[in-house]
Amino acid sequence: MAKKSYDVQVVSKLCKACGLCVHLCPKNVFDRAKDGRAVPARPEDCIGCGTCELHCPDFCVETKEKEGE
Amino acid sequence: MKPEYEKYFRNNLPHIWCAGCGHGIVMSAWARAVNQLGLDKDQCVAISGIGCSSRITGYIDMHTMNTTHGRALTFATGVKMARPDLNVFVFSGDGDGTAIGGNHFIHACRRNIDMTVVLMNNNIYGMTGGQFSPMTPFGKKATTCPYGSIDRSFDMAELAKGAGATFVARSDIFHAKHLTDMIVAGFNHKGFSIIEAVSSCPISYGRRNGTPDPRDMMDNIKEMCVMKAAYDKLSDEEKANKIPIGILQQIDDAPEYTSEYEKLVERVQGGAK
Ligand SMILES: Cc1ncc(C[n+]2csc(CCOP(=O)(O)OP(=O)(O)O)c2C)c(N)n1
Ligand code: SF4
Ligand code: SF4
Ligand code: SF4
Repeated sequence: MAKKSYDVQVVSKLCKACGLCVHLCPKNVFDRAKDGRAVPARPEDCIGCGTCELHCPDFCVETKEKEGE
Repeated sequence: MKPEYEKYFRNNLPHIWCAGCGHGIVMSAWARAVNQLGLDKDQCVAISGIGCSSRITGYIDMHTMNTTHGRALTFATGVKMARPDLNVFVFSGDGDGTAIGGNHFIHACRRNIDMTVVLMNNNIYGMTGGQFSPMTPFGKKATTCPYGSIDRSFDMAELAKGAGATFVARSDIFHAKHLTDMIVAGFNHKGFSIIEAVSSCPISYGRRNGTPDPRDMMDNIKEMCVMKAAYDKLSDEEKANKIPIGILQQIDDAPEYTSEYEKLVERVQGGAK
């Protein structure tokens, strides 16, 4: 079975740079920009666990399984 | 925002809550619960009091009321009595619900009126800058107890149980999926359901108590909140810094208030319309 892959997106204008997604992601997918906002730097490592979405207080992280791969 | 639950929100984010405030996580867990339940938002009412937590009704797209401090349950009782067909959600804070609204709280518990209450507990009066609440833990600091609180705090779940609430549960912002499950279970219970959502206030609470960083508050909550089955097996010593999460009381055969009222009306009117 092919490994599933995911799109990870942060709506930057809603991000308040709390760092929770960066802190809780088990696969270290995120980096922080200079201003502290989350940047999905390594989406290829995402396992789709949903932790970032569940814990973002600002509704600005989303992960979606990529189709047709 | 995920399209599945975007429909339950007005399109007015960002919200006012500070960076890393746990209340946003509670709102998201609640939205997942409503989506899971497949509720028609026009058949739902969301009512809150005053506080950062109570600001939640400014973002939810249902029939909403942001009422007066401590009085969300009284407005909710009125709505449910007038329209028992509607689904009623109530949001409150530890201050709103157990201090100024404490009396309404115990009587709503005892009356067993069908509604789902989410009490967002951040152990402080967040909105007004950090005065202590009845749920501020012993020894913790607030503007009104700068040397540490000497009050013994309320355990909201025990208070609700003692007052006769027929569904009492607790969950927290780390166990966010579990929080959704508790809200779903509370909604499905016919009667008064109260869910304590252990939340965080890095600004008004954390800054005074060594955890100004929301990540530290999250780690502490993760450490502290233990599933009830595991909690029950701990020794008294191990229990000292832990709290149980899960369904803590459920009574299924208690009379529900609006049903009793309907029966009363029928009885008094002799069945005549
Ligand atoms: C009758 C009345 N008294 C006092 C206030 C001031 N006040 C506003 S919010 C608040 C405390 C809210 O604390 P809590 O319910 O714990 O919510 P949080 O802000 O921590 O989420 C107080 C005392 C008020 N608005 N109305
Ligand atoms: S879904 Fe899980 S693995 Fe993927 S970015 Fe979010 S937290 Fe990391
Ligand atoms: S959890 Fe949300 S608000 Fe916080 S850093 Fe991540 S994307 Fe930004
Ligand atoms: S003061 Fe506290 S409770 Fe209020 S929004 Fe800020 S972090 Fe949240």
